[in-house]
Amino acid sequence: MTTSSAGIQSSLQHRIVVDAERKASNSGLAELWRYRELLYFLTWRDVKLRYKQTILGVTWAIIQPLLAMLLFTLIFARLAQIPSDNVPYPLFAYAGLLPWTFFANSITGSANSLVGSAGLVTKVYFPRLIIPAAPVMAGLVDLAIAFVLVIPLLAYYRITITWQLLLLPVFLAWATLLAFGVGTLMATLNVRYRDIRYALPFLVQLWLFASPVIYPLSIVPAKWKWVSMLNPMTGVIEGVRSALFGHPFDWPALAVSFAVSLLVTALSVFYFRRAEDNFADVI
Amino acid sequence: MEPIIKAEGLGKRYVIGANRSQTSLRDDLAARASASFRRLRGGARDTSPTIWALKDVSFEVQPGEVVGIIGRNGSGKSTLLKILSRITKPTTGRFTLTGRVGSLLEVGTGFHSELTGRENIFLNGAILGMSKSEIESKFDEIVAFAETAQFLDTPVKHYSSGMTVRLAFAVAAHLEPEILIIDEVLAVGDVAFQKKCLGKMNEVARHGRTVLFVSHDISAVNALCSRSILLHEGSILKSGETEDVTRFYLDSANKLYSPVTWADLPEKENTDIQLERVGIEQRETETSAIDCREPFTIRLEYENKKALAGSRFFIVIRNARGDIVFTTSDYDLLTEEAADRKVGRFNTEVVIPGGLLRAGSYFGTVGADIKNERIIFVENDVLDFEVFESADDTLAERHKRLGLVAPLLQWQISEPTSKTKS
Repeated sequence: MTTSSAGIQSSLQHRIVVDAERKASNSGLAELWRYRELLYFLTWRDVKLRYKQTILGVTWAIIQPLLAMLLFTLIFARLAQIPSDNVPYPLFAYAGLLPWTFFANSITGSANSLVGSAGLVTKVYFPRLIIPAAPVMAGLVDLAIAFVLVIPLLAYYRITITWQLLLLPVFLAWATLLAFGVGTLMATLNVRYRDIRYALPFLVQLWLFASPVIYPLSIVPAKWKWVSMLNPMTGVIEGVRSALFGHPFDWPALAVSFAVSLLVTALSVFYFRRAEDNFADVI
Repeated sequence: MEPIIKAEGLGKRYVIGANRSQTSLRDDLAARASASFRRLRGGARDTSPTIWALKDVSFEVQPGEVVGIIGRNGSGKSTLLKILSRITKPTTGRFTLTGRVGSLLEVGTGFHSELTGRENIFLNGAILGMSKSEIESKFDEIVAFAETAQFLDTPVKHYSSGMTVRLAFAVAAHLEPEILIIDEVLAVGDVAFQKKCLGKMNEVARHGRTVLFVSHDISAVNALCSRSILLHEGSILKSGETEDVTRFYLDSANKLYSPVTWADLPEKENTDIQLERVGIEQRETETSAIDCREPFTIRLEYENKKALAGSRFFIVIRNARGDIVFTTSDYDLLTEEAADRKVGRFNTEVVIPGGLLRAGSYFGTVGADIKNERIIFVENDVLDFEVFESADDTLAERHKRLGLVAPLLQWQISEPTSKTKS
């Protein structure tokens, strides 16, 4: 195509063809990119609404993991004497709770997002993938706030930070990707099967115990460690801890965990795109 | 010129009966299991009843055209809009849209009551497909149009419903896509604001944008659209110049929705009263498109096979939402003929006064019973008619008010007589 007429080009850019014979007529990546501002606005809405009409407001983002940390310290460190890889248990638990709370809140928010946006889905078109993505992005804001507490905790327990801290954003990005993948899968299933609403809280709880949030991966017997690494959250949590505390990274194990994350996310997006054409009729 | 909208053989099939939205995983697995079991046995395939909401709809729209889509409830208008807006996928056919599309199937989609007016303008604008900079540049215009400047930072939950609608429409009215798809959104707000909206839409149309406008409001379609498409039972019945199409629609309403004649139907024997025909007349012609200012007549033709003392006819009128608007009976103001039911053929007519019903769709059930004894027959929803308001803003306003009916009543003003003392 020549560049002779920008006008014609721009209207060609917006040519939409929908054919009943073709599967997944919707949203390519280009279209998703065009709607990036909507993702921003929906995220912003979720952030704005999250703590409306609460007394403590945004402090809840810190209170949630903080209370869990105190509870875990009392029960698992004091009573059950669970080790914590030579890091004081409260800090150890908080470092695991940060990605975990983000993940758990995000997938719960995502799972209910499509059904909760039935009004949007049946009345206006935009790439549907934005809907389950927004609660994850909004969760990142909470994660950032909760992170503020890490600094005084590190200082209080006199942990020296290393260059490895620079890798922290990588693991948080990984957590975001995984939360998006799992959340999207749950949201898609929820449109069709409202069972998800009841099954999800149980699944989240089960997943918490299957992940090294409360306990260190090192207490898992060596021959079962690879099973544990198949859980994508294991990689995220171990990675975050290593980055914070300067422990050596277990690269092969992280690679396995990451590969599973990619697979889960890819399958979930694939399933979503097959199902999205029918959302308006089924929701 | 290349058409900006091109639809070829669009069709949409829905599965009716089973409410798909409430499936549970267990039901679905069970259904799948039994379906494969049936297939194994070589039995019939899935026999869920389906309905074609839209069948083989093809048309083209040239850039800059304003096209009206009319038809009564259930004719497929909304389905067509949902398909063209890409909310739902067609079951058959294909379509091409060459340009940026904005669709307004509802005013205020995505409005959140906890957010302020300002926040909702941005959120709603983004949902409708506007960019942040686009909204920013039109922000003042939107606020001025909505006339809600002083409440900009108040949560929308404290707005009156009229204010919310004004704000929502103001955002929508500033959407500037190449193709605008609108569904009935003018049926909101007070009359003055509606006029403003119509004016805005006219302006949009004059700026060379392509508009698809779906409405019940024939006068609005006449005012805005150069060309129109009449849908009936999912197919295009007529398309062409708006005036021709809307006239055809109103004139042929009685042909499209013919009165129920039992002679045509498989006979329903009744040993007491045989209902033969039910029809609606206005200005001495049979129709089901009622001008709401004028009275209309519901006529029942029947045969009394027995003399049934104490029997009475009744008619129950329901609106499109299913609310009963009123029930009337020939027993209320009892005539000699009604009191003394003789054997033979009779016609019974009842006149529904003009200026009573709201504009909209109605269903009527006809029946007869013997007081305190038994029901002779009930025919559900044999009447099916539409009430229209002719285009006159001051009188049409009453259709927007609360209430099941919109009666035109006499008000009188007089000076108090006691004051004459002085």
